Amino acid sequence: MSTVPARTAQDLTADVAGGIGHSPQRPDGVLKVRGEFAYSSDLWADDMLWGATLRSPHPSARIRGVDTSAALALPGVYAVLTHADIPGPSKHFGLVVSDQPVLAIDEVRYQGEAVAVVAADHPETARRAVAAIRVDYAVREPVTDAAAARADDAPRVHPDGNIVRYARIRRGDPAPTADVVVRGEYAIGMQDQAFLGPESGLAVPAADGGVDLYVATQWLHADQRQIAPCLGLPQDKVRLTLAGVGGAFGAREDLSMQIHACLLALRTGRPVKFVYSREESFFGHVHRHPATLSYETGATRDGKLVYVKGSVVLDGGAYASSTPAVVGNATSLGAGPYEVPNVHMDVWGMYTNNPPCGAMRGFGSVQAAFGYESQLDRLAAALGLDPVELRLRNALHQGSTMPTGQVVDSAAAVREILTAVRDMPVPPTDPGTDPLGLPGGAGNTTHGEGVRRGIGYAVGFKNVGFSEGFDDHSTARVRLGVVGGEPVAVVRTAAVEVGQGHVTVQQQIARTELGVDRVVIPPADTSMGNAGSSSASRQTYLTGGAVRAACRAVRDRVLDRARARTGVRDGLDLAGGNVVDAGGAVLVPLAELLADGEIDETAVYRPRRTAPMDPDTGRQDFAHLQFAFCAHRAVVDVDTELGLVRVVELAAAQDVGKAVNPGALVGQIHGGSVQGMGLALMEEIQVEGGIVRNPSFTDYLIPTILDTPPMPVEVLELADPHAPYGLRGVAEPPTISAAPAVVAAIRAATGRPLTRIPVRPQDITG
Amino acid sequence: MTRISVTVDGVESTDEVEPRTLLVQYLREARGRTGTPVGCDTSNCGACTVLVDGRAVKSCALLAVQADGREVTTVQGLSNGALHPVQRAFHERHALQCGYCTPGMIMAAVDLLRETPDPTEQEVREGLEGNLCRCTGYQNIVAAVRDAAAELRGAS
Repeated sequence: MSTVPARTAQDLTADVAGGIGHSPQRPDGVLKVRGEFAYSSDLWADDMLWGATLRSPHPSARIRGVDTSAALALPGVYAVLTHADIPGPSKHFGLVVSDQPVLAIDEVRYQGEAVAVVAADHPETARRAVAAIRVDYAVREPVTDAAAARADDAPRVHPDGNIVRYARIRRGDPAPTADVVVRGEYAIGMQDQAFLGPESGLAVPAADGGVDLYVATQWLHADQRQIAPCLGLPQDKVRLTLAGVGGAFGAREDLSMQIHACLLALRTGRPVKFVYSREESFFGHVHRHPATLSYETGATRDGKLVYVKGSVVLDGGAYASSTPAVVGNATSLGAGPYEVPNVHMDVWGMYTNNPPCGAMRGFGSVQAAFGYESQLDRLAAALGLDPVELRLRNALHQGSTMPTGQVVDSAAAVREILTAVRDMPVPPTDPGTDPLGLPGGAGNTTHGEGVRRGIGYAVGFKNVGFSEGFDDHSTARVRLGVVGGEPVAVVRTAAVEVGQGHVTVQQQIARTELGVDRVVIPPADTSMGNAGSSSASRQTYLTGGAVRAACRAVRDRVLDRARARTGVRDGLDLAGGNVVDAGGAVLVPLAELLADGEIDETAVYRPRRTAPMDPDTGRQDFAHLQFAFCAHRAVVDVDTELGLVRVVELAAAQDVGKAVNPGALVGQIHGGSVQGMGLALMEEIQVEGGIVRNPSFTDYLIPTILDTPPMPVEVLELADPHAPYGLRGVAEPPTISAAPAVVAAIRAATGRPLTRIPVRPQDITG
Repeated sequence: MTRISVTVDGVESTDEVEPRTLLVQYLREARGRTGTPVGCDTSNCGACTVLVDGRAVKSCALLAVQADGREVTTVQGLSNGALHPVQRAFHERHALQCGYCTPGMIMAAVDLLRETPDPTEQEVREGLEGNLCRCTGYQNIVAAVRDAAAELRGAS
């Protein structure tokens, strides 16, 4: 019995002309504008059941007992499972550390932790059954202060202590002094990825005792690796297929409903579907780590940085998720994209009873950038220097040495992107008197009185790909055959399309490498080798590299075949569906050549291998594969009486190495910039005593189309010779520099210190 | 249960529904129009926007029984065959990434252009204020709506 769910139209066969460097339309674009693209929430199987989850109302409690009898007695309920029903050998999961129970075992560590799951014949029945489960909690005082949780005598969230990871850098003079020293304490609230398509998926029990899971995720193989041991199944009996993904931004890197749906499907013998509500989604995925940062920055009188001392506490919440990597980024990138001879960084990633935090666009770098960029502005003021000029005097460049000791071995265009945003035309100074063009908007709170204009700048950077020794790689299989008399390439990978346009990029690469128009991208699944995650700005680099390698292996065999057939030895190339000679003349059509049989090659792409940082000094010559940089200039109008902000313009410049798809790429810069702007101005999950106060889009605000200003973008292409096509990861850097630029602009307008984001009205009015 | 007759994308059907059923649930579950997604449950995101008798409505903010006797157009009924100019502009202008907001954006834009055939950039923004997009930063959405406006004006 293997039911294939309905509405899985994902075959991306649309013919969109264009190779590398062009901006062909998305192959899934027509499906998406017609409402025919199948998202994970649209999956359907005729005999399916609906899953629902009982979650803890308490951030910390011992569980004295769980009584499921009333739930099980409800008509239409097929299963109610607690941790006792998990076959094992594992009952835990986790991206880096397997520390999170699939269902709570004798205690809960955060509000929203899953305690039991239900399968019923209707979603309302499933929810009623959840409400009928009785849990006897002995509520405990939650650990909610991440900094205080470091104390030896602090109550422990996990038996081995509260520190998930501590990392540090010790570079240069242990007791540096400088002409001018500025100090600052900063704080960052908890941001939500707020993708629009809540968590969902469908698990289908298979005839071989395994399970097929159709799910919106970011990393199929990491899901498979974590799911299988909890089901007591070998990896190859847990098969995952990507269902349509309604955005991700890091929030789908960890598991949500995956194991729950599989457990219920295997228990009931029926397909089981989960769809989270928006409120449940807030509890169903990790968020961006809130952070407190303490910085001391020293410079010479002429504005050369002498030292940076930074101390950062990241609140990882109840479970580790990707906290270790977040700590690594905040540590190694914590001094900013500048040349700094003396660096001390101390970074803690902590367990608390707050919501678990993990991956979100730019993770670790976003938090650090608010600290180091705020410091640069403070330093510029202390020195009487222009903030851009100060940054230019200290800009990292190719050949610079990072605080880890790593020498930057490709372009680090900090100077170029800063001057690019500085030199863009500035919007007209006068905001006018139309309320819709002023802070407060339709609230009609001002006609211009009390409104001040401010301009701010920031630069940020991020490591591309997985760092610190991770065996980062991807896999692609490319088959070149003939369909309907035309050569067609089929590119298969397990790389996840989350909206970023990776499927378009795969087509472009195949088109460029194989000289064919038609490229088909079947749905990603675990029958292919691991592609790694669609995160860390890595997928065009890594899976793009794998697709290119597989295409080149196919191409070599095609050309061998052509040489044997035509006798022409040298200068052969593929173009326009033909094998051509050095002069471009057609030697043989591919369709004819492939009549002897299709050509099928699989390639694994491994970029240069990184290595771990020394735990005492942070020293490592190659901790990161690649660095990517973005700069922003924000122009804001601030109603200084009410503390309201309108962003007038948010200009960006970014070096992308090679713009593989300029149209999609600029879309990434726009979207990433707005997420950074949202963090600066409005986005915060408000947690009090471990309790989330605003789990809805009514109370958790993300920028609307009216909040969002025009965003001119300048794209630089300074090739990285180590990367496929010279490209540089794109998606994360805009989120990193946008927030500090917006805050710098508000500071410029108001003179307020603004040490916390999001900036609240009372921070502006005092 | 209450009996309602609703024309959805040109097809009339009479169904028994619970009075508490939201229009979006009815469209997705009873009528199979899953092209209209649910994003927030609180009428904030606009992903579920459809046209009811030609006017844009968030289908999570209406009960199915309120649509009795009315004509509902979802993104799946916007065109037969060729793409509607708004659909085509969203596709050609890279005005979508994950696409989850796209059906609602398109339907809201269709209603906006009915009322304001030649909108300024600011008018596009005001018209789509009730629709959230998390991927694009909205720039290409504004451009797509203005492109579609020009095409629709040319065609009329």
